[in-house]
Amino acid sequence: MSAADMKAADPPVTVARVTEGSGAQPPRGVPRRPRRTAGALLPYLLIAPAFVAIAAVFAWPLVKTVIMSFQDVGRRELWTGEAAPWVGFEQFTNILGDGEFWSVVWRTVIFMVVCVVATMAIGLGIAMLMQRMDTWVRLLLTAALIAAWSMPLLVATSIFRWFADSDYGVLNMVLSKYLGVDAQGHNWFLDPVQGFVIIGAVVVWGAVPFVSVTLYAALTQVPRELEEAAALDGAGVAGVFRYVTWPVIKPVFQMVATLSVLWDFNVFGQIFLIRGNKPEPEYTVLGIYSFEKAFESNSFSQGAAISLITVLLLSGVAVYYLRQLLKIGEVE
Amino acid sequence: MSASTTQAGSRATDRTGSGTGPEDRAQVLRQDRKKNRIGYNIAGLAVFVVMAFPVYWLIISSLRPNHEIRSYDQTLWPSSLTFDNFQRAVNQPNFGTAIQSSLIICGVAVLGGMLLATIAAFAIARFRFRGRKFFMIVLLAVQLLPPTAMLIPIYIQLNDLGGLNEYWGVIVIYLVSTLPFATWMIRGFVINIPPELEESAMVDGCSRMGAFWRVTFPLLAPGLAAAAIFSLITAWNEYLLAYVVLQDNDKYTLNVWLMNFTTSRGIDYGALMAASTLIAIPVVAFFLLVQKYMATGLTSGAVKG
Repeated sequence: MSAADMKAADPPVTVARVTEGSGAQPPRGVPRRPRRTAGALLPYLLIAPAFVAIAAVFAWPLVKTVIMSFQDVGRRELWTGEAAPWVGFEQFTNILGDGEFWSVVWRTVIFMVVCVVATMAIGLGIAMLMQRMDTWVRLLLTAALIAAWSMPLLVATSIFRWFADSDYGVLNMVLSKYLGVDAQGHNWFLDPVQGFVIIGAVVVWGAVPFVSVTLYAALTQVPRELEEAAALDGAGVAGVFRYVTWPVIKPVFQMVATLSVLWDFNVFGQIFLIRGNKPEPEYTVLGIYSFEKAFESNSFSQGAAISLITVLLLSGVAVYYLRQLLKIGEVE
Repeated sequence: MSASTTQAGSRATDRTGSGTGPEDRAQVLRQDRKKNRIGYNIAGLAVFVVMAFPVYWLIISSLRPNHEIRSYDQTLWPSSLTFDNFQRAVNQPNFGTAIQSSLIICGVAVLGGMLLATIAAFAIARFRFRGRKFFMIVLLAVQLLPPTAMLIPIYIQLNDLGGLNEYWGVIVIYLVSTLPFATWMIRGFVINIPPELEESAMVDGCSRMGAFWRVTFPLLAPGLAAAAIFSLITAWNEYLLAYVVLQDNDKYTLNVWLMNFTTSRGIDYGALMAASTLIAIPVVAFFLLVQKYMATGLTSGAVKG
């Protein structure tokens, strides 16, 4: 993208208008422009609609979240439009003093870590495999990856729910018939650990295509000569990967991993849908916790406060991601 | 591509040939490579099966007769194919209105989003102005906000504005949610169109915007199509906001209609799989069209998640 930027700013050779010596001047600098002020205002006019829209639907709700979490907005305030009473830090002290909140946080963190590690490991494995297999296998695999990638979350979750159905699910059938485990009628969601295995499978299955396709693209950027030279000099497979391949794919790997952290920490739909829109308390992660506080218990301020805590927890990761983007010169 | 993989295959075996001359070595490598490739191919096929099986099971379950769905002995291949499941799925109440809702909401949101995104993308791709970098960072940063965290204030705000249970409430939110990514993507396409084209149009008497609309905009068509399809997929796949905001049965979008499929006495998996297939088909078709642009998604924030 930055290369394209430079190309766009290259000196135009054939156009006669270029009079000043530095051709790197962007088109704004058209000479003899009569109304300078109007020209300077134009870009602001152009981004104004998008900017206002984004401010209204992203920035204002964020501000509103902060305001609400210091109030007590319940059902009554919502329907009558009455001003909600200010309660100071009460929502936060309630939440942070609640043992359930902390167990939800831990559950979310553990689930996120397991999913991210699994996704990245499997994704990198598939990408490296794709480099080494025959073309026809790679095309076949790519087709499967794209099919999995394009499945809407809702549909993917329905499929895995059907897999894990206690009576007619294919998972129990395979376990009992071919692996000798008596799993007939076994309910996978009674034990939350087993339930989270199924949910994690949906998450990882849905995320692996993006990771492996992206990492495969990064792997093709690794110079062959370097790998070969390292191998000739006696580096093993691990050595070549550690000292040649990894440094090249590291920035991409880091960014994909960061995105995975953000996505998996915010996991919502897979759990919500696989538990039939009413997740049990053992399946509550942060997103679901705040959703239920707001829309089931009608305590919108509690939900907002939990959302705010989530945003703050993730802001560090988001800033790290943005810094990575700035570093590779994407924002130019 | 095949040349590079050949080298990759040989690389793994390089150590085995140490101590022989270059020619012998090459000979050894070529044989070894053949053997090693088979292992990688088998592993690749195994991964293929794991990744493809859920999609296969979705399609095959939707075509399976119901007595096979409700059976303790699921078979890999159905004894006969039937469209009964699809029939039961589309006969569920509100299927027609759900299609209508989805089309109206997604269509309007995407069209509006493309208009705003195109002019904003033109501004950040062609002008250097104060605040440009800030705007670009905002575009990236808002994509990292957790959608469920924004749900509560948006719900309250729509309630205050009377937007609950109205199409326009959902449309506005979808429009703006797809805006940052679409702007970013279109910007990439604008950058790749030489500004000299616009300049020569301006020399010939076009205004700044006239040059953009008459010269660059037509060249942008493939990029706009790709960005529109991305926005469409995003809007089509959204379910939570629609679930919370839309309350009347006849205003449900397809996704909300599907979500409510399972609540009535047990789950009719055959019909659920058939309905899921119907919802997934347009997404998969469109996704195939824009798949090659997905690489942009990496550096432009959240695409799916």
